[in-house]
Amino acid sequence: MLDGAVQARWRMRLTLSLLLAPALLWLGALIILPHADLAVLSFRERVAPRHYVPSLAQYKTFFLEPLYWQVFVHTAVMSAIATLMTLLLAFPIAWIIAKLARGRAASLLFIVCLIPFWVSETVRTLGWMILLRESGVLPALLVKLHITDVPVELLYRNATVFVGLVYTSLLFMVVPLVSSLESLDNSLIEAAYDMGAGGFAALRTIVIPHAAPGITAGCIVVFMLTLGNYLTPTLLGGKNSQWFTEQIYAQFITRFNWEQGAAFGFLLLGLSTAMVVLGLRLSGQRFGDVMRRT
Amino acid sequence: MSSADLVASAVVKRFANHTAVDSLSFSVARGSFFSILGPSGCGKTTLLRMIAGFIAPDSGDITIGGKSMAGIAPNRRPVNMVFQQLALFPMMNVGENVAYGLARRGVDRAERSRRCAAMLERVGLEGAAHKRVDELSGGQRQRVAIARSLVLEPTLLLLDEPLGALDLKLREHMKIELKQLQAAFGTTFVYITHDQSEALVLSDHVGVMNQGRFEQLGTPQDLYYRPQTPFVASFVGANNRVVGSCISRDAQLAEIATGDGWSIRALAHGSIGMGDAVEAFVRPEIATLARTAADLPPGQPHYGGVVQSVLFDGANSAVLLQESKTRREFRIALPQTGQFSDLEPRDPVFFSFDPLRAVCFPARAGAAGRDA
Repeated sequence: MLDGAVQARWRMRLTLSLLLAPALLWLGALIILPHADLAVLSFRERVAPRHYVPSLAQYKTFFLEPLYWQVFVHTAVMSAIATLMTLLLAFPIAWIIAKLARGRAASLLFIVCLIPFWVSETVRTLGWMILLRESGVLPALLVKLHITDVPVELLYRNATVFVGLVYTSLLFMVVPLVSSLESLDNSLIEAAYDMGAGGFAALRTIVIPHAAPGITAGCIVVFMLTLGNYLTPTLLGGKNSQWFTEQIYAQFITRFNWEQGAAFGFLLLGLSTAMVVLGLRLSGQRFGDVMRRT
Repeated sequence: MSSADLVASAVVKRFANHTAVDSLSFSVARGSFFSILGPSGCGKTTLLRMIAGFIAPDSGDITIGGKSMAGIAPNRRPVNMVFQQLALFPMMNVGENVAYGLARRGVDRAERSRRCAAMLERVGLEGAAHKRVDELSGGQRQRVAIARSLVLEPTLLLLDEPLGALDLKLREHMKIELKQLQAAFGTTFVYITHDQSEALVLSDHVGVMNQGRFEQLGTPQDLYYRPQTPFVASFVGANNRVVGSCISRDAQLAEIATGDGWSIRALAHGSIGMGDAVEAFVRPEIATLARTAADLPPGQPHYGGVVQSVLFDGANSAVLLQESKTRREFRIALPQTGQFSDLEPRDPVFFSFDPLRAVCFPARAGAAGRDA
């Protein structure tokens, strides 16, 4: 016979584990298990039909084949630039929502940022294609305004990919920025101004240090989303886009080379982890503080 | 007035539905401690923010150190402000907070840390430069906020109710410290508060503000002993307020009869004629209390009463009594002699006061309410 206190403690533990069960199941079945399987896949090589040996051949291929690592670097650089562009565009928007707009206007602006997400990503991206393709709305408008003589193809350029990526990521940057700017006491800005700071000095010395966790959080989320994006670079960038996710897709689906695809997947995971660590180091933030802001 | 550091002439600020500052003119002498005292919503914060430059007056001009401030941004004014919640920068340590303004002026690092250390020493915080702001006590943060402003050697230091957030004991202590700091630095202070005790203790001159205007501008003694308006009489210090109409008057005094049949005499201010509605004010400490009518000073009208409650508060003790005829409440300060230490509720007492030390004014519109 268990004594009362012990029994109560066991009941509490049982309740807690039942409450956590769905989350743990999700984490285990959908994230840890597939990744473990992918890890095993990436470290083997097919030597004969149905016959595999452990090897580093998949990773070796990546480094020896220039196309693969060039696409990898291209994706990383483009994602970093897209993240920076999103930050520059989102900061004024977040400032307006957090500091200038009042009540209804602020929530209206938030909804405006949210509206694109009511439509599926595919439809959204196809919408951009309708606007930007050679026979589309924007090239026709440029001709009508006598800016160009003939309709120009606006799709399949790096700039087009940036437009799509920034558009898709904006909300995920605005939300953490708004929450970090809202918590900034206006009198701090006034005090800086009162002691002789100009607008830029106040931004650099007061606003950005205060918003740093929000900025880092937004950048991490946007960078990860951009790096792992498949649809936008494929549809808007066309054949030239060379996004690393397309390489992974090609290995798994076109080439049916799961081992190579798994290795690429792990390299991408390693890249995003490295960038997050680097970002945290550079901005002097702690992971826990930043994640509380998202 | 010698040379004025701050001159406001006919300053007006209107918001959508009310006039926050209504054609205000005043000047503050160099090196003096000037307070603006008023209830919340009287326009004192608007006035202070206009002096600091955060909002522009609709009309009128503000001159600081002899120069008009029209069109000059806050970061170019020779004025610094101590904010209500202090607004110390939490992302910087104490030294960086104090050196912030110097850094914005382009003072080099060595000079900055020298002046910062000297300033911290003057406010009694030597060696605290490397502490974080949240490691400091309320009083120390106060001193950092003042040091941060004074290190810039402003012509004018503005203080926006900086003691409001402190607990009572610390507030009393900081009051004295502020006065000593102002005397030591000799900087002109403009202080806004709704706490009359802060204004009286600290200031050389006080402007009592109400509905965008100064009701009275004078020394603390003037405001207390010679209030010029019923608002000042009721806002500054404790007062017994008696509302009635004038039933007789001579050159100095008016006799006031209340609706319930009491009558007192008081020094008349402004034009009070027979039958006019009048507000009179009697300070608790000018009344004399006695157990028998014979103990009261001769030649003054005297009244009977019953003790309702004894409000013991050390040196500020008072007794609340009911006048026998009308059962009207009346507050009288207890003398420090301990003479009435055995006073109990329901004890019969007598009181009188010198009519020349009580004041009365024509009643304000809508002031007929209950006596205060």
